[in-house]
Amino acid sequence: MTLRHAPPVERVSLEPLPRRRRSGYRFLGYAALVLAAAAVLLPFYWMAMSSLKANNDVYTIPVRWLPDPVVWRNYLDIWQKSDLTTWLKNTLILSVVVTFLQVLTGSFAAYGFAKVRFPGRTALFLAYIGTLAVPWQSYMIPQFILFSKLHLSDTLWAIVALQAFGAFGVFLMKQYYESIPDELLDAARIDGMSEYGIWRRIMLPLSVPALASLTLLTLVSTWNDYMGPLIYLRSRDLWTIQIGLKTFVNTYNAEYALIMTGSVLSVLPIAIIFLLGQRYFVEGIASTGLKG
Amino acid sequence: MTSMPLARRRRGRQVWRDTAVGWSFLLPNFAGFALLTLVPVALLFYYAFTSWNVFGGAEWTGLDNVRQMLHDASFRTALRNTLYYTVFHIPLTLVAALALALLLNRRLRGVAFFRTVAFFPYITSIVALAQVWNMLFSPGYGPINAALRGLGVDHPPGWTTSADWSMPAVIVVGTWREMGYYMLLFLAGLQTIPGQLYEAAKVDGANAWQRLRAVTIPGLRPTTFFVVVMLTIGSFKVFDLILVMTNGGPGQSTLVLSQYIYQKGFVENQFGYASTVSIALFLICFGVTAAQFLINRRGSDS
Repeated sequence: MTLRHAPPVERVSLEPLPRRRRSGYRFLGYAALVLAAAAVLLPFYWMAMSSLKANNDVYTIPVRWLPDPVVWRNYLDIWQKSDLTTWLKNTLILSVVVTFLQVLTGSFAAYGFAKVRFPGRTALFLAYIGTLAVPWQSYMIPQFILFSKLHLSDTLWAIVALQAFGAFGVFLMKQYYESIPDELLDAARIDGMSEYGIWRRIMLPLSVPALASLTLLTLVSTWNDYMGPLIYLRSRDLWTIQIGLKTFVNTYNAEYALIMTGSVLSVLPIAIIFLLGQRYFVEGIASTGLKG
Repeated sequence: MTSMPLARRRRGRQVWRDTAVGWSFLLPNFAGFALLTLVPVALLFYYAFTSWNVFGGAEWTGLDNVRQMLHDASFRTALRNTLYYTVFHIPLTLVAALALALLLNRRLRGVAFFRTVAFFPYITSIVALAQVWNMLFSPGYGPINAALRGLGVDHPPGWTTSADWSMPAVIVVGTWREMGYYMLLFLAGLQTIPGQLYEAAKVDGANAWQRLRAVTIPGLRPTTFFVVVMLTIGSFKVFDLILVMTNGGPGQSTLVLSQYIYQKGFVENQFGYASTVSIALFLICFGVTAAQFLINRRGSDS
Protein backbone atom coordinates (compact mmCIF):
# COMPACT_ATOMS: atom_id res chain seq x y z
CA MET A 1 0.00 0.00 0.00
CA THR A 2 2.58 2.55 1.07
CA LEU A 3 4.76 1.60 -1.82
CA ARG A 4 2.08 2.29 -4.39
CA HIS A 5 1.48 5.81 -3.03
CA ALA A 6 5.07 6.64 -2.36
CA PRO A 7 6.57 9.47 -4.41
CA PRO A 8 8.65 8.25 -7.36
CA VAL A 9 11.88 9.58 -5.90
CA GLU A 10 11.74 7.02 -3.12
CA ARG A 11 11.17 4.16 -5.53
CA VAL A 12 14.23 5.04 -7.54
CA SER A 13 16.65 5.51 -4.67
CA LEU A 14 15.53 2.23 -3.05
CA GLU A 15 17.52 3.02 0.08
CA PRO A 16 15.07 3.62 2.92
CA LEU A 17 12.71 0.72 2.27
CA PRO A 18 14.95 -2.38 2.29
CA ARG A 19 16.96 -1.30 5.31
CA ARG A 20 14.93 -3.39 7.72
CA ARG A 21 14.95 -6.34 5.39
CA ARG A 22 18.65 -5.98 4.85
CA SER A 23 19.43 -6.06 8.56
CA GLY A 24 17.20 -9.13 8.73
CA TYR A 25 19.27 -10.75 5.99
CA ARG A 26 22.40 -9.68 7.81
CA PHE A 27 21.21 -11.39 10.96
CA LEU A 28 20.36 -14.55 9.02
CA GLY A 29 23.79 -14.42 7.42
CA TYR A 30 25.51 -14.25 10.79
CA ALA A 31 23.34 -17.00 12.18
CA ALA A 32 24.25 -19.25 9.25
CA LEU A 33 27.92 -18.34 9.66
CA VAL A 34 27.96 -19.20 13.35
CA LEU A 35 26.11 -22.46 12.73
CA ALA A 36 28.48 -23.52 9.95
CA ALA A 37 31.56 -22.58 11.99
CA ALA A 38 30.25 -24.62 14.90
CA ALA A 39 29.62 -27.62 12.65
CA VAL A 40 33.14 -27.44 11.26
CA LEU A 41 34.90 -26.79 14.57
CA LEU A 42 32.97 -29.10 16.86
CA PRO A 43 35.00 -32.24 16.03
CA PHE A 44 38.20 -30.33 16.69
CA TYR A 45 36.86 -29.04 19.96
CA TRP A 46 35.84 -32.56 20.93
CA MET A 47 39.33 -33.79 20.07
CA ALA A 48 41.12 -31.16 22.14
CA MET A 49 38.73 -31.43 25.05
CA SER A 50 38.79 -35.22 25.23
CA SER A 51 42.58 -35.20 25.11
CA LEU A 52 42.54 -33.41 28.46
CA LYS A 53 40.02 -35.69 30.14
CA ALA A 54 40.51 -38.69 32.35
CA ASN A 55 39.76 -41.77 30.28
CA ASN A 56 36.53 -42.53 32.14
CA ASP A 57 35.22 -39.03 31.53
CA VAL A 58 35.38 -39.15 27.73
CA TYR A 59 32.05 -40.88 27.30
CA THR A 60 29.45 -39.68 29.76
CA ILE A 61 25.71 -39.22 29.78
CA PRO A 62 24.93 -36.40 29.52
CA VAL A 63 27.89 -35.27 27.40
CA ARG A 64 30.28 -33.06 29.36
CA TRP A 65 31.70 -30.27 27.29
CA LEU A 66 34.51 -29.28 29.61
CA PRO A 67 37.24 -31.51 31.02
CA ASP A 68 36.98 -31.74 34.80
CA PRO A 69 39.52 -32.42 36.16
CA VAL A 70 41.93 -31.31 33.44
CA VAL A 71 44.38 -34.15 32.92
CA TRP A 72 47.56 -32.65 31.50
CA ARG A 73 49.32 -35.92 32.28
CA ASN A 74 47.95 -37.40 29.04
CA TYR A 75 50.43 -35.26 27.18
CA LEU A 76 53.29 -36.81 29.15
CA ASP A 77 52.02 -40.39 29.15
CA ILE A 78 51.64 -40.63 25.40
CA TRP A 79 55.38 -40.22 24.87
CA GLN A 80 56.04 -43.21 27.12
CA LYS A 81 53.30 -45.42 25.72
CA SER A 82 54.22 -44.89 22.09
CA ASP A 83 57.20 -44.23 19.83
CA LEU A 84 55.93 -40.76 19.12
CA THR A 85 59.47 -39.35 18.96
CA THR A 86 60.49 -41.79 16.22
CA TRP A 87 57.28 -41.23 14.27
CA LEU A 88 57.59 -37.47 14.40
CA LYS A 89 61.25 -37.61 13.44
CA ASN A 90 60.60 -39.83 10.41
CA THR A 91 57.64 -37.73 9.31
CA LEU A 92 59.64 -34.54 9.63
CA ILE A 93 62.56 -35.94 7.60
CA LEU A 94 60.21 -37.16 4.88
CA SER A 95 58.23 -33.93 4.75
CA VAL A 96 61.36 -31.81 4.38
CA VAL A 97 63.06 -34.02 1.78
CA VAL A 98 59.93 -34.54 -0.31
CA THR A 99 59.04 -30.87 -0.22
CA PHE A 100 62.55 -29.79 -1.17
CA LEU A 101 62.66 -32.16 -4.15
CA GLN A 102 59.14 -31.39 -5.29
CA VAL A 103 59.64 -27.64 -5.20
CA LEU A 104 63.05 -27.83 -6.86
CA THR A 105 62.22 -30.24 -9.69
CA GLY A 106 58.68 -28.88 -10.05
CA SER A 107 59.68 -25.28 -10.54
CA PHE A 108 62.56 -26.30 -12.78
CA ALA A 109 60.31 -28.36 -15.05
CA ALA A 110 57.63 -25.69 -14.98
CA TYR A 111 60.11 -23.24 -16.44
CA GLY A 112 60.72 -25.63 -19.31
CA PHE A 113 56.99 -25.95 -19.92
CA ALA A 114 56.15 -22.27 -19.54
CA LYS A 115 59.08 -20.40 -21.05
CA VAL A 116 61.09 -22.61 -23.39
CA ARG A 117 59.47 -23.37 -26.74
CA PHE A 118 60.29 -26.74 -28.25
CA PRO A 119 58.45 -29.37 -30.27
CA GLY A 120 56.46 -31.92 -28.27
CA ARG A 121 56.05 -29.62 -25.31
CA THR A 122 52.26 -29.57 -25.38
CA ALA A 123 51.92 -33.32 -25.76
CA LEU A 124 54.27 -33.89 -22.87
CA PHE A 125 52.39 -31.49 -20.67
CA LEU A 126 49.15 -33.26 -21.48
CA ALA A 127 50.72 -36.51 -20.28
CA TYR A 128 51.45 -34.78 -16.98
CA ILE A 129 47.96 -33.41 -16.62
CA GLY A 130 46.42 -36.67 -17.75
CA THR A 131 47.95 -38.60 -14.87
CA LEU A 132 46.43 -36.14 -12.41
CA ALA A 133 43.09 -37.60 -13.44
CA VAL A 134 44.26 -41.20 -13.05
CA PRO A 135 43.55 -42.32 -9.50
CA TRP A 136 46.69 -43.42 -7.70
CA GLN A 137 44.70 -46.34 -6.31
CA SER A 138 44.47 -47.82 -9.79
CA TYR A 139 48.24 -48.07 -10.28
CA MET A 140 49.45 -48.61 -6.73
CA ILE A 141 49.82 -52.36 -7.37
CA PRO A 142 52.23 -52.19 -10.34
CA GLN A 143 53.98 -49.31 -8.60
CA PHE A 144 54.50 -51.46 -5.54
CA ILE A 145 55.95 -54.28 -7.64
CA LEU A 146 58.25 -51.83 -9.38
CA PHE A 147 59.40 -50.28 -6.11
CA SER A 148 60.06 -53.73 -4.68
CA LYS A 149 62.25 -54.55 -7.68
CA LEU A 150 64.11 -51.31 -7.18
CA HIS A 151 64.61 -52.31 -3.51
CA LEU A 152 62.82 -49.21 -2.38
CA SER A 153 60.16 -50.91 -0.34
CA ASP A 154 60.58 -50.75 3.43
CA THR A 155 62.86 -47.75 3.16
CA LEU A 156 62.01 -44.08 3.60
CA TRP A 157 63.12 -43.61 -0.03
CA ALA A 158 59.90 -45.29 -1.14
CA ILE A 159 57.88 -42.40 0.25
CA VAL A 160 60.27 -39.86 -1.25
CA ALA A 161 59.93 -41.52 -4.66
CA LEU A 162 56.18 -41.70 -4.26
CA GLN A 163 55.63 -38.05 -3.44
CA ALA A 164 58.51 -35.97 -4.76
CA PHE A 165 57.96 -36.11 -8.52
CA GLY A 166 54.26 -35.48 -8.68
CA ALA A 167 52.70 -33.62 -11.57
CA PHE A 168 50.96 -31.28 -9.17
CA GLY A 169 54.00 -29.12 -8.46
CA VAL A 170 54.78 -28.74 -12.15
CA PHE A 171 51.21 -27.71 -12.84
CA LEU A 172 51.03 -25.17 -10.03
CA MET A 173 54.34 -23.54 -10.91
CA LYS A 174 53.59 -23.46 -14.62
CA GLN A 175 50.33 -21.63 -13.98
CA TYR A 176 52.27 -18.99 -12.09
CA TYR A 177 55.20 -18.71 -14.49
CA GLU A 178 52.85 -18.06 -17.37
CA SER A 179 51.67 -14.90 -15.65
CA ILE A 180 55.23 -13.51 -15.75
CA PRO A 181 55.71 -11.49 -18.97
CA ASP A 182 58.10 -12.87 -21.60
CA GLU A 183 59.53 -9.38 -22.25
CA LEU A 184 61.27 -9.56 -18.90
CA LEU A 185 63.03 -12.77 -19.91
CA ASP A 186 63.88 -11.46 -23.38
CA ALA A 187 65.58 -8.48 -21.80
CA ALA A 188 67.67 -10.82 -19.68
CA ARG A 189 68.46 -12.99 -22.72
CA ILE A 190 69.72 -9.96 -24.63
CA ASP A 191 71.94 -9.19 -21.67
CA GLY A 192 73.44 -12.64 -22.22
CA MET A 193 71.91 -14.46 -19.31
CA SER A 194 71.48 -18.21 -19.82
CA GLU A 195 68.10 -19.89 -19.38
CA TYR A 196 69.31 -21.45 -16.13
CA GLY A 197 70.40 -18.05 -14.91
CA ILE A 198 67.00 -16.62 -15.77
CA TRP A 199 65.29 -19.38 -13.81
CA ARG A 200 67.58 -18.87 -10.85
CA ARG A 201 67.83 -15.08 -10.77
CA ILE A 202 64.53 -13.90 -12.23
CA MET A 203 61.88 -16.60 -12.02
CA LEU A 204 62.58 -17.94 -8.54
CA PRO A 205 62.59 -14.53 -6.83
CA LEU A 206 59.45 -13.49 -8.71
CA SER A 207 57.55 -16.66 -7.86
CA VAL A 208 57.97 -16.64 -4.09
CA PRO A 209 54.19 -16.72 -3.44
CA ALA A 210 53.73 -19.75 -5.70
CA LEU A 211 56.79 -21.43 -4.18
CA ALA A 212 55.31 -20.83 -0.74
CA SER A 213 51.98 -22.35 -1.79
CA LEU A 214 53.65 -25.41 -3.25
CA THR A 215 55.94 -25.80 -0.23
CA LEU A 216 53.08 -25.68 2.26
CA LEU A 217 50.73 -27.92 0.28
CA THR A 218 53.44 -30.54 -0.27
CA LEU A 219 54.53 -30.38 3.35
CA VAL A 220 51.00 -30.96 4.57
CA SER A 221 50.16 -33.76 2.17
CA THR A 222 53.38 -35.61 3.00
CA TRP A 223 52.74 -35.17 6.70
CA ASN A 224 49.20 -36.50 6.34
CA ASP A 225 49.93 -39.35 3.94
CA TYR A 226 48.64 -42.60 5.33
CA MET A 227 48.47 -44.96 2.36
CA GLY A 228 52.09 -44.61 1.24
CA PRO A 229 53.56 -45.50 4.64
CA LEU A 230 50.93 -48.22 5.13
CA ILE A 231 51.99 -50.00 1.97
CA TYR A 232 55.72 -49.38 2.02
CA LEU A 233 56.93 -49.00 5.59
CA ARG A 234 56.85 -52.32 7.40
CA SER A 235 59.64 -51.81 9.95
CA ARG A 236 58.53 -50.13 13.16
CA ASP A 237 61.48 -47.75 13.25
CA LEU A 238 60.48 -46.31 9.87
CA TRP A 239 56.90 -45.51 10.79
CA THR A 240 55.48 -42.06 10.29
CA ILE A 241 53.06 -40.28 12.57
CA GLN A 242 49.96 -41.38 10.67
CA ILE A 243 50.79 -45.06 10.55
CA GLY A 244 52.04 -44.93 14.13
CA LEU A 245 48.90 -43.23 15.38
CA LYS A 246 46.71 -45.76 13.62
CA THR A 247 48.61 -48.65 15.19
CA PHE A 248 48.40 -46.95 18.56
CA VAL A 249 44.63 -46.71 18.14
CA ASN A 250 44.42 -50.41 17.33
CA THR A 251 46.57 -51.39 20.31
CA TYR A 252 45.01 -49.13 22.94
CA ASN A 253 41.51 -49.06 21.53
CA ALA A 254 39.90 -48.31 24.91
CA GLU A 255 42.28 -45.48 25.86
CA TYR A 256 40.00 -42.86 24.38
CA ALA A 257 41.65 -39.88 26.02
CA LEU A 258 45.14 -40.92 24.98
CA ILE A 259 43.99 -41.57 21.41
CA MET A 260 42.71 -38.02 21.29
CA THR A 261 45.97 -36.77 22.80
CA GLY A 262 47.88 -38.49 20.00
CA SER A 263 45.47 -37.09 17.44
CA VAL A 264 45.95 -33.57 18.74
CA LEU A 265 49.72 -33.95 18.60
CA SER A 266 49.55 -35.24 15.03
CA VAL A 267 47.37 -32.34 13.92
CA LEU A 268 49.07 -29.57 15.87
CA PRO A 269 52.08 -29.00 13.57
CA ILE A 270 49.74 -28.79 10.58
CA ALA A 271 47.48 -26.37 12.41
CA ILE A 272 50.43 -24.09 13.20
CA ILE A 273 51.74 -24.20 9.64
CA PHE A 274 48.27 -23.53 8.33
CA LEU A 275 47.66 -20.56 10.60
CA LEU A 276 50.99 -19.01 9.67
CA GLY A 277 50.61 -19.49 5.93
CA GLN A 278 46.88 -19.73 5.30
CA ARG A 279 47.09 -17.10 2.57
CA TYR A 280 49.37 -19.35 0.51
CA PHE A 281 47.16 -22.37 0.96
CA VAL A 282 44.17 -20.47 -0.32
CA GLU A 283 46.08 -18.97 -3.26
CA GLY A 284 47.61 -22.30 -4.21
CA ILE A 285 44.24 -24.02 -4.22
CA ALA A 286 42.46 -21.20 -6.02
CA SER A 287 45.05 -21.02 -8.80
CA THR A 288 45.14 -24.73 -9.58
CA GLY A 289 42.05 -26.25 -8.08
CA LEU A 290 43.88 -29.53 -7.75
CA LYS A 291 45.07 -31.21 -4.64
CA GLY A 292 44.55 -34.60 -3.16
CA MET B 1 70.39 -17.14 -52.84
CA THR B 2 72.72 -18.55 -50.25
CA SER B 3 71.26 -16.63 -47.33
CA MET B 4 67.95 -18.55 -47.30
CA PRO B 5 69.30 -22.04 -46.51
CA LEU B 6 71.74 -20.52 -44.09
CA ALA B 7 68.92 -18.80 -42.18
CA ARG B 8 66.93 -22.02 -42.22
CA ARG B 9 69.89 -23.96 -40.97
CA ARG B 10 70.40 -21.42 -38.24
CA ARG B 11 66.76 -21.69 -37.30
CA GLY B 12 67.02 -25.45 -37.27
CA ARG B 13 69.98 -25.20 -34.93
CA GLN B 14 68.00 -22.81 -32.73
CA VAL B 15 65.09 -25.30 -32.48
CA TRP B 16 67.52 -28.07 -31.65
CA ARG B 17 69.10 -25.96 -28.93
CA ASP B 18 65.74 -24.94 -27.47
CA THR B 19 64.72 -28.58 -27.37
CA ALA B 20 67.85 -29.51 -25.51
CA VAL B 21 67.44 -26.65 -23.06
CA GLY B 22 63.74 -27.42 -22.58
CA TRP B 23 64.42 -31.08 -21.88
CA SER B 24 67.21 -30.25 -19.49
CA PHE B 25 64.67 -28.32 -17.41
CA LEU B 26 62.12 -31.11 -17.54
CA LEU B 27 64.47 -33.99 -16.96
CA PRO B 28 64.94 -33.97 -13.18
CA ASN B 29 61.21 -34.11 -12.65
CA PHE B 30 60.32 -36.09 -15.75
CA ALA B 31 62.79 -38.89 -15.05
CA GLY B 32 61.19 -39.49 -11.67
CA PHE B 33 57.71 -38.98 -13.00
CA ALA B 34 58.14 -41.34 -15.95
CA LEU B 35 59.78 -44.10 -13.94
CA LEU B 36 57.55 -43.90 -10.89
CA THR B 37 54.19 -43.03 -12.44
CA LEU B 38 54.08 -43.60 -16.20
CA VAL B 39 55.80 -46.99 -16.09
CA PRO B 40 53.45 -48.36 -13.40
CA VAL B 41 50.43 -47.13 -15.35
CA ALA B 42 51.71 -48.94 -18.43
CA LEU B 43 52.56 -52.09 -16.45
CA LEU B 44 49.04 -52.12 -15.06
CA PHE B 45 47.67 -53.03 -18.45
CA TYR B 46 50.02 -56.00 -18.66
CA TYR B 47 49.56 -57.34 -15.13
CA ALA B 48 45.79 -57.22 -15.44
CA PHE B 49 45.90 -60.11 -17.89
CA THR B 50 48.21 -62.31 -15.87
CA SER B 51 47.81 -64.57 -12.92
CA TRP B 52 50.40 -63.52 -10.44
CA ASN B 53 51.04 -63.92 -6.78
CA VAL B 54 54.21 -63.24 -4.80
CA PHE B 55 55.49 -66.74 -5.46
CA GLY B 56 56.35 -67.21 -9.12
CA GLY B 57 56.11 -64.65 -11.87
CA ALA B 58 53.38 -63.25 -14.02
CA GLU B 59 51.71 -65.79 -16.24
CA TRP B 60 49.59 -64.65 -19.15
CA THR B 61 46.01 -65.77 -18.67
CA GLY B 62 44.20 -63.54 -21.12
CA LEU B 63 40.70 -62.62 -20.08
CA ASP B 64 40.48 -65.09 -17.18
CA ASN B 65 40.72 -62.30 -14.61
CA VAL B 66 38.00 -60.30 -16.31
CA ARG B 67 35.73 -63.34 -16.33
CA GLN B 68 36.48 -63.94 -12.67
CA MET B 69 35.73 -60.32 -11.86
CA LEU B 70 32.37 -60.35 -13.57
CA HIS B 71 31.30 -63.29 -11.38
CA ASP B 72 32.86 -61.96 -8.21
CA ALA B 73 30.15 -61.08 -5.66
CA SER B 74 32.59 -59.06 -3.53
CA PHE B 75 33.58 -57.00 -6.56
CA ARG B 76 29.94 -56.26 -7.25
CA THR B 77 29.42 -55.25 -3.61
CA ALA B 78 32.44 -52.98 -3.77
CA LEU B 79 31.19 -51.42 -7.00
CA ARG B 80 27.70 -50.91 -5.57
CA ASN B 81 29.09 -49.31 -2.40
CA THR B 82 31.35 -47.04 -4.42
CA LEU B 83 28.35 -45.88 -6.44
CA TYR B 84 26.37 -45.41 -3.22
CA TYR B 85 29.10 -43.18 -1.83
CA THR B 86 29.46 -41.28 -5.11
CA VAL B 87 25.76 -40.65 -5.65
CA PHE B 88 25.38 -39.00 -2.27
CA HIS B 89 28.78 -37.49 -1.76
CA ILE B 90 28.84 -35.45 -4.99
CA PRO B 91 25.55 -33.54 -4.64
CA LEU B 92 25.91 -33.07 -0.88
CA THR B 93 29.42 -31.65 -1.15
CA LEU B 94 28.49 -29.55 -4.15
CA VAL B 95 25.53 -27.92 -2.41
CA ALA B 96 27.35 -27.47 0.90
CA ALA B 97 30.40 -25.95 -0.81
CA LEU B 98 28.32 -23.60 -2.95
CA ALA B 99 26.19 -22.52 0.01
CA LEU B 100 29.30 -21.79 2.07
CA ALA B 101 30.87 -19.87 -0.79
CA LEU B 102 27.77 -17.73 -1.28
CA LEU B 103 27.63 -17.09 2.44
CA LEU B 104 31.28 -16.08 2.58
CA ASN B 105 31.10 -13.95 -0.53
CA ARG B 106 29.04 -11.39 1.39
CA ARG B 107 30.47 -8.56 3.37
CA LEU B 108 30.05 -9.95 6.85
CA ARG B 109 32.38 -9.61 9.78
CA GLY B 110 34.38 -12.75 10.50
CA VAL B 111 34.25 -14.03 6.93
CA ALA B 112 38.03 -14.26 6.66
CA PHE B 113 38.18 -16.22 9.88
CA PHE B 114 35.53 -18.62 8.71
CA ARG B 115 37.22 -19.17 5.36
CA THR B 116 40.21 -20.42 7.33
CA VAL B 117 38.06 -22.57 9.57
CA ALA B 118 36.12 -24.22 6.75
CA PHE B 119 39.27 -25.23 4.94
CA PHE B 120 40.99 -26.68 7.97
CA PRO B 121 39.37 -30.16 7.92
CA TYR B 122 40.71 -30.68 4.43
CA ILE B 123 44.33 -30.43 5.52
CA THR B 124 43.89 -32.40 8.72
CA SER B 125 45.04 -36.00 8.63
CA ILE B 126 42.36 -38.58 7.98
CA VAL B 127 43.64 -40.84 10.73
CA ALA B 128 43.02 -38.26 13.45
CA LEU B 129 39.69 -37.17 11.98
CA ALA B 130 38.43 -40.72 11.70
CA GLN B 131 39.13 -41.32 15.39
CA VAL B 132 37.23 -38.21 16.42
CA TRP B 133 34.27 -38.93 14.21
CA ASN B 134 34.09 -42.53 15.33
CA MET B 135 33.82 -41.23 18.87
CA LEU B 136 31.24 -38.63 17.91
CA PHE B 137 29.25 -41.35 16.15
CA SER B 138 29.56 -43.78 19.05
CA PRO B 139 26.06 -45.31 19.29
CA GLY B 140 25.69 -45.48 23.07
CA TYR B 141 27.54 -42.50 24.45
CA GLY B 142 28.53 -40.31 21.51
CA PRO B 143 27.35 -36.70 21.38
CA ILE B 144 25.62 -37.13 18.02
CA ASN B 145 23.23 -39.75 19.29
CA ALA B 146 22.88 -37.85 22.57
CA ALA B 147 21.72 -34.87 20.51
CA LEU B 148 19.37 -37.06 18.49
CA ARG B 149 17.85 -38.46 21.67
CA GLY B 150 17.46 -34.93 22.93
CA LEU B 151 15.52 -34.16 19.75
CA GLY B 152 13.18 -37.04 20.49
CA VAL B 153 14.66 -39.82 18.36
CA ASP B 154 14.14 -42.89 20.53
CA HIS B 155 16.35 -45.30 18.66
CA PRO B 156 19.14 -43.33 17.02
CA PRO B 157 21.16 -45.19 14.37
CA GLY B 158 24.17 -47.34 15.21
CA TRP B 159 26.29 -45.46 12.64
CA THR B 160 29.62 -47.21 12.07
CA THR B 161 28.52 -50.27 14.00
CA SER B 162 25.48 -50.86 11.80
CA ALA B 163 25.57 -52.20 8.26
CA ASP B 164 22.78 -49.84 7.21
CA TRP B 165 24.20 -46.67 8.69
CA SER B 166 27.95 -47.05 8.25
CA MET B 167 27.91 -45.67 4.70
CA PRO B 168 25.85 -42.59 5.63
CA ALA B 169 28.32 -41.95 8.47
CA VAL B 170 31.25 -42.14 6.05
CA ILE B 171 29.46 -39.86 3.59
CA VAL B 172 28.85 -37.28 6.31
CA VAL B 173 32.53 -37.23 7.24
CA GLY B 174 33.66 -37.15 3.60
CA THR B 175 31.37 -34.21 2.87
CA TRP B 176 32.34 -32.38 6.05
CA ARG B 177 36.00 -32.80 5.25
CA GLU B 178 35.95 -31.73 1.61
CA MET B 179 33.34 -28.97 1.47
CA GLY B 180 35.83 -26.30 2.55
CA TYR B 181 38.16 -27.20 -0.29
CA TYR B 182 35.50 -26.94 -2.98
CA MET B 183 34.19 -23.82 -1.28
CA LEU B 184 37.53 -22.17 -2.07
CA LEU B 185 37.14 -23.09 -5.74
CA PHE B 186 33.63 -21.63 -5.79
CA LEU B 187 34.83 -18.48 -4.06
CA ALA B 188 37.49 -18.07 -6.73
CA GLY B 189 34.80 -18.62 -9.36
CA LEU B 190 32.51 -16.02 -7.80
CA GLN B 191 35.25 -13.41 -8.13
CA THR B 192 35.12 -13.80 -11.90
CA ILE B 193 31.44 -12.82 -12.19
CA PRO B 194 31.30 -9.11 -13.04
CA GLY B 195 29.48 -6.96 -10.49
CA GLN B 196 27.60 -5.08 -13.23
CA LEU B 197 25.57 -8.20 -13.96
CA TYR B 198 24.18 -8.10 -10.43
CA GLU B 199 23.52 -4.38 -10.70
CA ALA B 200 21.68 -4.90 -13.95
CA ALA B 201 19.61 -7.71 -12.48
CA LYS B 202 18.74 -5.52 -9.50
CA VAL B 203 17.65 -2.68 -11.77
CA ASP B 204 15.43 -5.18 -13.58
CA GLY B 205 13.84 -5.97 -10.23
CA ALA B 206 15.25 -9.48 -9.73
CA ASN B 207 15.16 -10.66 -6.14
CA ALA B 208 17.98 -12.51 -4.44
CA TRP B 209 16.75 -15.93 -5.53
CA GLN B 210 16.30 -14.81 -9.13
CA ARG B 211 19.75 -13.25 -9.15
CA LEU B 212 21.18 -16.55 -7.93
CA ARG B 213 19.38 -18.46 -10.67
CA ALA B 214 20.01 -16.03 -13.51
CA VAL B 215 23.44 -14.61 -12.74
CA THR B 216 25.38 -16.63 -10.18
CA ILE B 217 24.68 -20.20 -11.30
CA PRO B 218 25.34 -19.54 -15.03
CA GLY B 219 28.39 -17.47 -14.14
CA LEU B 220 29.79 -20.32 -12.07
CA ARG B 221 29.32 -22.85 -14.83
CA PRO B 222 33.02 -23.47 -15.59
CA THR B 223 33.82 -23.73 -11.88
CA THR B 224 30.92 -26.06 -11.25
CA PHE B 225 31.98 -28.28 -14.09
CA PHE B 226 35.50 -28.49 -12.77
CA VAL B 227 34.28 -29.17 -9.24
CA VAL B 228 31.99 -31.95 -10.43
CA VAL B 229 34.81 -33.60 -12.36
CA MET B 230 37.14 -33.44 -9.36
CA LEU B 231 34.43 -34.64 -7.00
CA THR B 232 33.60 -37.56 -9.26
CA ILE B 233 37.15 -38.82 -9.47
CA GLY B 234 37.56 -38.19 -5.76
CA SER B 235 34.43 -40.15 -4.91
CA PHE B 236 35.21 -43.14 -7.08
CA LYS B 237 38.66 -43.49 -5.60
CA VAL B 238 37.56 -42.93 -1.98
CA PHE B 239 39.90 -45.01 0.10
CA ASP B 240 41.83 -43.94 3.16
CA LEU B 241 38.81 -42.38 4.85
CA ILE B 242 36.96 -45.69 4.68
CA LEU B 243 40.00 -47.80 5.44
CA VAL B 244 40.64 -45.87 8.64
CA MET B 245 37.07 -45.22 9.71
CA THR B 246 35.28 -48.52 9.10
CA ASN B 247 37.82 -50.76 7.36
CA GLY B 248 35.05 -51.67 4.93
CA GLY B 249 32.76 -52.97 7.62
CA PRO B 250 30.65 -53.93 9.34
CA GLY B 251 30.63 -56.96 7.05
CA GLN B 252 31.15 -55.56 3.58
CA SER B 253 28.80 -52.62 4.05
CA THR B 254 31.43 -49.97 3.25
CA LEU B 255 33.80 -52.00 1.09
CA VAL B 256 34.74 -49.80 -1.89
CA LEU B 257 36.67 -50.49 -5.07
CA SER B 258 39.99 -48.98 -3.97
CA GLN B 259 39.89 -50.96 -0.80
CA TYR B 260 39.07 -54.14 -2.66
CA ILE B 261 42.15 -53.58 -4.82
CA TYR B 262 44.20 -53.10 -1.69
CA GLN B 263 42.78 -56.22 -0.10
CA LYS B 264 43.32 -58.45 -3.14
CA GLY B 265 46.78 -57.05 -3.83
CA PHE B 266 48.43 -56.37 -0.52
CA VAL B 267 46.54 -58.67 1.83
CA GLU B 268 45.91 -61.69 -0.41
CA ASN B 269 48.90 -61.08 -2.72
CA GLN B 270 46.86 -61.63 -5.90
CA PHE B 271 48.61 -58.94 -7.89
CA GLY B 272 47.19 -60.02 -11.24
CA TYR B 273 43.57 -60.01 -10.19
CA ALA B 274 44.02 -56.81 -8.17
CA SER B 275 45.36 -55.18 -11.36
CA THR B 276 42.23 -56.21 -13.23
CA VAL B 277 40.05 -54.55 -10.60
CA SER B 278 42.37 -51.52 -10.83
CA ILE B 279 41.67 -51.29 -14.53
CA ALA B 280 37.95 -51.40 -13.81
CA LEU B 281 38.40 -48.45 -11.45
CA PHE B 282 40.56 -46.64 -13.97
CA LEU B 283 38.05 -47.17 -16.79
CA ILE B 284 35.13 -46.02 -14.66
CA CYS B 285 36.92 -42.80 -13.71
CA PHE B 286 38.08 -42.24 -17.26
CA GLY B 287 34.68 -43.01 -18.79
CA VAL B 288 32.73 -40.79 -16.42
CA THR B 289 35.16 -37.91 -16.84
CA ALA B 290 35.07 -38.22 -20.63
CA ALA B 291 31.26 -38.29 -20.56
CA GLN B 292 31.21 -35.18 -18.40
CA PHE B 293 33.49 -33.36 -20.83
CA LEU B 294 31.22 -34.31 -23.74
CA ILE B 295 28.06 -33.22 -21.96
CA ASN B 296 29.70 -29.99 -20.90
CA ARG B 297 30.78 -29.20 -24.44
CA ARG B 298 27.35 -29.93 -25.85
CA GLY B 299 25.77 -27.80 -23.12
CA SER B 300 28.00 -24.81 -23.79
CA ASP B 301 27.46 -25.02 -27.57
CA SER B 302 23.70 -24.67 -27.36
